[in-house]
Amino acid sequence: MRYSGFQVIKEALTGHKGWKPVWRDPEPQAHYDIIIIGGGGHGLATAYYLAKEFGEKKIAVLEKGWIGGGNVGRNTTIIRSNYLLDGNEPFYEMSLKLWEGLEQDFNYNAMVSQRGILNLIHSDAQRDAFTRRGNAMILNGADAEMLSTEQILDRYPFLNVNDARFPIKGGLAQHRGGTVRHDAVAWGYARGADMRGVDIIQNCEVTGFRLENGKCLGVETSRGFIGANKVGCAVAGSSSRLMSKADMQLPMESHVLQAFVSEGLKPVIPGVITFGAGHFYCSQSDKGGLVFGGDLDGYNSYAQRGNMPVVEDVCEGGMALMPMLGRARLLRMWGGIMDMSMDGSPIIDKTHIDGLYFNGGWCYGGFKATPASGFCFAHLLSRDAPHPNATKYRFDRFSRGLMIDEKGMGNQPNLH
Amino acid sequence: MIINHPLLGPRDAAEFTYLGDASLINRPDWQSETAAQDFYEYGYLRSNPAGEHRELWFHEAGDRSWLVVTRNTVTHEISNVEMARDVARTQGRSK
Ligand SMILES: Cc1cc2nc3c(=O)[nH]c(=O)nc-3n(C[C@H](O)[C@H](O)[C@H](O)COP(=O)(O)OP(=O)(O)OC[C@H]3O[C@@H](n4cnc5c(N)ncnc54)[C@H](O)[C@@H]3O)c2cc1C
Repeated sequence: MRYSGFQVIKEALTGHKGWKPVWRDPEPQAHYDIIIIGGGGHGLATAYYLAKEFGEKKIAVLEKGWIGGGNVGRNTTIIRSNYLLDGNEPFYEMSLKLWEGLEQDFNYNAMVSQRGILNLIHSDAQRDAFTRRGNAMILNGADAEMLSTEQILDRYPFLNVNDARFPIKGGLAQHRGGTVRHDAVAWGYARGADMRGVDIIQNCEVTGFRLENGKCLGVETSRGFIGANKVGCAVAGSSSRLMSKADMQLPMESHVLQAFVSEGLKPVIPGVITFGAGHFYCSQSDKGGLVFGGDLDGYNSYAQRGNMPVVEDVCEGGMALMPMLGRARLLRMWGGIMDMSMDGSPIIDKTHIDGLYFNGGWCYGGFKATPASGFCFAHLLSRDAPHPNATKYRFDRFSRGLMIDEKGMGNQPNLH
Repeated sequence: MIINHPLLGPRDAAEFTYLGDASLINRPDWQSETAAQDFYEYGYLRSNPAGEHRELWFHEAGDRSWLVVTRNTVTHEISNVEMARDVARTQGRSK
């Protein structure tokens, strides 16, 4: 069924009896052309573009739990393309352009809201760094604007630009950035893939690979062996765990990142703001909750929950920037497992095993990458060649010294 | 998390900074034939297990000693804490 205003009115007048489940619940077949492991945003987007843009048939997505239960349903929903380095910026700008057309493309309301993102500047050095970043963005066809404190106060009158400790000197704005309803992204891609014949198989955990003479013949799962010509892995925080089944070690550590939502409030924050003097960022959901987060907990974790010191650190950052936050009650907090790579940038590449492909290392910023990641991974799987915007996301960049290190932190995943 | 420091007793993990896998103690031999590959693996590849993990913590806001902490990455439970110095010594890495 195609969704439209007409459908909504028709269903409203006929008691909403015509809505159908938006994807099937098929039994796994014995063999597929392409299997994608992981029903998160990236896995589902890959399957969608494989079927829609690359004309592939017989595709399955295998998900160990339910689709959207991983990081795609746990993030703080920010999209932007304000990166500095050549390896990254064209890719993230491609992603932002795909976001702009996504809802029409997959006929699903993902609530893409280009409400703008503002990175606050508190020192001269930071102004230099953000000016450079803004210029890099513009060179790559993205939008960027340096804002004065007056322009900032127009939009965010509650900010104290004359704060004694952390005065606000300006900001780097990307007006096309914003937020998206995260789980609707998973559902929209799932529906679009299912409509094109992709089997989305939930409660199906991949427990191993069947490898013979350096070739991958398929996957062992909790629902039996499933054969495939090509297997693409897109399991985010579980990447090291999964690839260890193929005896691979990855340039990655898994870390927990927490996020927080306050009770619903009247509209107060029109866009996304990030604090430049501490680790804190905040936006307001359409339901009114303040959605905010900060730093990683900082140690290897698969626990999907964090600890109190970071809760305190995030709230301190929030109170320093907008003391009114202290009056709001916290409704929910949770954690997700991040695939933190050694240079803070992702990998979309073939492995040394024939027929086995990898997508991961998204760190805390993979939600905004979802459309481009799916598109580029589909390109790689279908054509056996990287998409032009993802040529630098190679495994061997670490051994060849071609790191894409936005923050210049070196091989220390918890600092990226 | 509470880290039971071998010298100072139980301390809040917030006093420490985290480096990573304790295999970082085993710095490869730079004169070996395979040094380039060894340093790539040492610098960049991690086993990153879900379960027991031996890892290096630095007591930055305390006595500034390095510890090897054995911690479960699924439950965050800490089962053993050693002085990194002692671990390195038994491996013949330190005097
Ligand atoms: C608190 C938090 C805030 C964030 N904020 C932002 C943000 O504001 N902006 C942004 O761009 N990014 C953000 N991110 C990062 C972003 O959410 C992730 O990088 C991105 O969602 C990862 O890709 P994914 O959606 O495919 O992952 P997931 O949704 O985690 O998908 C991976 C799937 O693989 C499945 N799986 C794992 N192992 C197996 C197996 N063996 N067999 C079968 N299936 C398996 C999992 O169950 C899971 O569903 C945030 C993350 C967190 C946790």
